[in-house]
Amino acid sequence: MVSPGHYIALAVILFVIGAVGVLVRRNAIVVFMSVELMLNACNLAFVAFARLHNQLDGQVIAFFVMVVAAAEVVVGLAILTAIFRARRSASVDDANLMKY
Amino acid sequence: MTHAVSHGFVLAGGAADNTRETAFWILAIVSVAAALAMVLTRRAVHCAVLLAVVMLCLAGFYVMLGAPFLAFVQVIVYTGAVLMLFLFVLMIVGITAADSIIETIRGQRLWATIAGIAMLVLLSLTVGHAAIGPAAPNSSKFANSNVSALANLIFTKYLYPFEITSALLITAALGAMVLAHRERTRPKPTQAELARLRIAGPHPTPLPGPGTYAQHNGVHMPALLPDGSQSSLSVNPVLSGADEPDTGVDQRRPEELPGPVGAPAGAALPGGQEAGDH
Repeated sequence: MVSPGHYIALAVILFVIGAVGVLVRRNAIVVFMSVELMLNACNLAFVAFARLHNQLDGQVIAFFVMVVAAAEVVVGLAILTAIFRARRSASVDDANLMKY
Repeated sequence: MTHAVSHGFVLAGGAADNTRETAFWILAIVSVAAALAMVLTRRAVHCAVLLAVVMLCLAGFYVMLGAPFLAFVQVIVYTGAVLMLFLFVLMIVGITAADSIIETIRGQRLWATIAGIAMLVLLSLTVGHAAIGPAAPNSSKFANSNVSALANLIFTKYLYPFEITSALLITAALGAMVLAHRERTRPKPTQAELARLRIAGPHPTPLPGPGTYAQHNGVHMPALLPDGSQSSLSVNPVLSGADEPDTGVDQRRPEELPGPVGAPAGAALPGGQEAGDH
């Protein structure tokens, strides 16, 4: 029998994989994808908790997370194209103008 | 009779549980493997496809957790819209750009892995300490009336967050338009100017189309010249695989072109830049 605990453990694993992806990858688009993975893991936890407590609030919050994630992706990718247009690179290491 | 029926019902319930468990483990293994591969593959397009796999698996989990509406939203919004947007931007921002292996911060990967393991341990301990019981008994709001129950919540208890969400979406759309907009820095070349450039160059006529007089008319098939030799002008340099095309006409922008503006039929300018690029 699969309990909500299984789903939450899975959400933890996916979240950690996403976090490692954010830390390791240097292509800004892939970093964005890893952030999306983390958000999806949170959604899975929300839905599992909704099932656990027999209340739909978790599903509503997951729905809002999806909306905010969509908005974030739109703006983030627009910023990426603007950066790419200016410096011909999508690597997060190349945007180091404020470093020194 | 009733005993047989109830027995059959219990059996069916057990079978459904078994299927659900099998589906959970299959989807769990697939999603974790795809997520790991997403972090480890170097090509960004492969990452996007693997992320799509993870998201479809999550849609399956939502169905099993009694959230059919969210499962559909996951497929339509995430896999459909968000990932297509990712792929779209990937096509603009350089499809060939693979991550370099050189570390700019020394030991970054090692420390990131250590931090990931530490995070996993921390979260596992936290979740392991929590007493997570079995799921509550099935109710209709996790099955057939899921959509109406969700709508009930969204339009009563969560009405204000929902309205604020609309403001957020409009702001995001506007922001994307402002950020992605580009002012034209030089006047758009008129048709007369383009025609003058074309006549002034070495190729006043259109370039030969691919596949002319060749065995078939694929875009990668060079046209045959009257003496039987192949015309390198007829194939887009992107397709022929040559870094520097010997035509010398396709790589440059119309403003700098001494030769014709027209590329071979069906051939876009390499790199997908539009003509007004700076």
